[in-house]
Amino acid sequence: MTMNDVLKSKTFAVGTVVLVLIAIWYFSAVMLNAPFQRELDERAKLSPTTGQFIEATLNQKRPVLPAPHQVAVEIWNTTVEKRITSKRSLVYHGGITLSSTMLGFVMGTVLGVTLAAAIIHVESLERSLMPWIITSQTIPILAIAPMVIVVLNAVGISGLIPKALISTYLSFFPVTVGVVKGLRSPDPMQLDLMRTYSASSFQTFWKLRWPSSIPFLFTSMKIAIAASLVGAIVGELPTGAVAGLGARLLAGSYYGQTVQIWSALLSAAFLAAMLVTIVGFADKAVRRRMGIMQ
Amino acid sequence: MTDIQATDAASGAGGTAEDDAFRVIEARELCLTFETNDGPVHALSNVDLTVDRGEFVSFIGPSGCGKTTLLRVIADLEKATAGTISVNGMSPEEARRKRAYGYVFQAAALYPWRTIAGNVALPLEIMGLDKAERAERIARNLELVNLSGFERKFPWQLSGGMQQRASIARALAVEPDLLLMDEPFGALDEIVRDHLNEQLNQLWDRTNKTVIFVTHSIPEAVFLSTKIVVMSPRPGRVHDVIDCNLPRERTLDIRETPEFLEIAHRVRDGLRAGHAYDDE
Amino acid sequence: MSRSVPLTVLAGGIALLAGLAIQIISADAVWSPSYGLAAALLAGSYLLAIVWRHGAAAAFLLLATVHLAAIPLIGHIGHGEGEMGPAYWALLISGWLAAWTSVTRLTAAARAVPPSAKQAINLLIPFVFGVWLILIWEAVTRGAGVPQVLLPAPSAVWAKLIASLPILWADFVQTFMKAVIAGYVLGCGIGFGTAILVDRSPFLKRGLMPVGNMVSALPIIGVAPIMVMWFGFDWQSKAAVVVIMTFFPMLVNTLEGLSASSAMQRDLMRTYAASYSQTLLKLRLVEALPFIFNALKINSTLALIGAIVSEFFGTPIVGMGFRISTEVGRMNVDMVWAEIAVAALAGSAFYGSLVLIERTLTFWHPSNR
Repeated sequence: MTMNDVLKSKTFAVGTVVLVLIAIWYFSAVMLNAPFQRELDERAKLSPTTGQFIEATLNQKRPVLPAPHQVAVEIWNTTVEKRITSKRSLVYHGGITLSSTMLGFVMGTVLGVTLAAAIIHVESLERSLMPWIITSQTIPILAIAPMVIVVLNAVGISGLIPKALISTYLSFFPVTVGVVKGLRSPDPMQLDLMRTYSASSFQTFWKLRWPSSIPFLFTSMKIAIAASLVGAIVGELPTGAVAGLGARLLAGSYYGQTVQIWSALLSAAFLAAMLVTIVGFADKAVRRRMGIMQ
Repeated sequence: MTDIQATDAASGAGGTAEDDAFRVIEARELCLTFETNDGPVHALSNVDLTVDRGEFVSFIGPSGCGKTTLLRVIADLEKATAGTISVNGMSPEEARRKRAYGYVFQAAALYPWRTIAGNVALPLEIMGLDKAERAERIARNLELVNLSGFERKFPWQLSGGMQQRASIARALAVEPDLLLMDEPFGALDEIVRDHLNEQLNQLWDRTNKTVIFVTHSIPEAVFLSTKIVVMSPRPGRVHDVIDCNLPRERTLDIRETPEFLEIAHRVRDGLRAGHAYDDE
Repeated sequence: MSRSVPLTVLAGGIALLAGLAIQIISADAVWSPSYGLAAALLAGSYLLAIVWRHGAAAAFLLLATVHLAAIPLIGHIGHGEGEMGPAYWALLISGWLAAWTSVTRLTAAARAVPPSAKQAINLLIPFVFGVWLILIWEAVTRGAGVPQVLLPAPSAVWAKLIASLPILWADFVQTFMKAVIAGYVLGCGIGFGTAILVDRSPFLKRGLMPVGNMVSALPIIGVAPIMVMWFGFDWQSKAAVVVIMTFFPMLVNTLEGLSASSAMQRDLMRTYAASYSQTLLKLRLVEALPFIFNALKINSTLALIGAIVSEFFGTPIVGMGFRISTEVGRMNVDMVWAEIAVAALAGSAFYGSLVLIERTLTFWHPSNR
């Protein structure tokens, strides 16, 4: 690769943007933490040099905005340094969030595909149900998350299921809409071809509609798994802050532990990125096997 | 015979004169090379071309021969990598900035959110013409392409042929002396295409504009042109220039005359000699 | 259509007969004139469904009869709340199947009517579905005596909603009028402006698009506790969350939209020697409109979610999210549902008005023609 190619590559551009963002983060950390640091120094009757002052702003115990390295250290301490079973291990909390995310995602995808298959086969179902499915997404459904959790708790269902149900609700919609579109994607000529073979609607579904919908399914699944994670995290907010990344967020905000909030937040972001990437890889693998490469 | 001589006198007037005032396009040793991952592609190689005022010049050749590229260089949509070219005695960029030409694309490229009148108004708005002037030009040019009465329709409510006529009206509204057309009828069926060919011939005859026309249809090129530039691929170059001295006013019947067939035959020979019919 | 009786009609008829049979033989069945009336109307509608099968008029008559039957069907519950037995459930199922039959007939009839009537039918069908969803919800919660805490009846939610309008209005003002609107306008505005600026630098665009796409998939709602710490308990912190949540979808969609115009159309502007701003205003922004509206629609939902969920992390004692979390704690589930009804109404109205504006502005787009 020539120098020019490097400058034009996407990786270089993304890398630069990320570096700039980190630089802005550091700068903001200094600016936001400075007032409190000045107060501290005044009380301690210190007059630090600019260098010392900046260093101090980046290493406060409860900063307004923790510096990236503080968050990195916190994440390291709570993942690698702690036993996985420990209540203070981020891996433990991440695992709990991940399990309800996955359960919700799987249920949401199955529900979404089933609904989509029903909708394209029964016209009156599409007419009556589809508008409501779309309307249901304009409703800020996460608002009922606490109620679902508390009410299900009251009837004795607790733990994974209530959270997974919220994830299911958030993830079925993109799948339904995407797969309906996908199952409809074969062009009329291909459908006519199946008619000339006098294929049953079952055969048309499995041999034509379903394979055509696979790319749509994966695109929707990428959205669905991210939504599922958001559902799991919000579902963890009202459980009395016991376990999960959402609970860590809430506990951090109760006790003003900003470093803990940011590390939970970044772990959630990392988890989201990982999940979306995995679905992306699965997408590519399936496409390659089916011979649909972009 | 008298007809043909009369045409000779009319269309050939610029061709024989050395006067630069009649020269619309002058290209010398024009080259254009694209850098691609598979190495350089010579889209144009040492192209010489002169076009005089009032001529109807067709570029014909197989795909990849650079006919569209040459048109785009004239329009300053591409830059030549070597050689010289002038449009109305200026560089292509100056000519473009002075809005010296109207360009008609392969597709109508009308804006779906504007009415037919609104689409014709587009270049006029960009040029900053006032409302009265715009209205006058819209009416006149839609009349010219037989689209009066369709001003308030949206493009998607019209047939493909009508859309392409609207796009020609849009190019004419700029009132350029030079019309550049890149396979404008390529996407239309043959019946519509014949009809539009006749209309374009009448338009050119009435308005006395210079037209450069890219096509891959031999009958279309012969029917419309005063001069046919036969191009060949790899590298893209001018293989032959064939004069087409049929009468200025033409009807579709002319395509059965021996003169027409003779010229068509020469164009086909030229294409064959330029390896246009070789297997890829 | 086949000559035989459709499956839904058959099943519904059997359910009706079974219900009546159980009602007559069982000793503890609840009797009321409503029951008889509902059964008679349902029997009438099934007869109608068998005798007169085709055309819009038949479908509408069937629809009317079925919904007439729904009134005594619900009214009957009043004669024995929580004491409904199999005889009633069979009748309810029969009613639902009759409604389903009428919807199927309407769908079939919609194919053969003029477009304007078709539009009305297309609105009517989901409406019927919604009505029966609420009817069944009402019948099951009251008829079977489902505890209020688990799921309140729609009528109870409605009563609560009417009784607490002032509180609901105050919450709506705090959450929607202040946090959502302010955050949404700022977030979308900044996202749009950034996109216009970034669009001029291909390098920035290459770098920001993947980052923006990634961030759009992140659980940004998690910044809520941080924003509450920075901007305090009042609506400003919620607006800040909304700004962050709406910024990236707008940025990414606008950037994508700005490159939606075809090369040919950009060439056309070039042949006119159009300036950057002329090309932007007359071509690229118009082509970007469907993308921008896509972001506006996604963001309308995100904004409401962001504002409500942020209130779980601390608020003054007003706001939709605050009300939901405290009333859940007190087990006042009917109030929670009333608040959710308001949120649903606000969310759908917000989204719906965006769709209307979009239809007007992008009437030319193939998807709207």
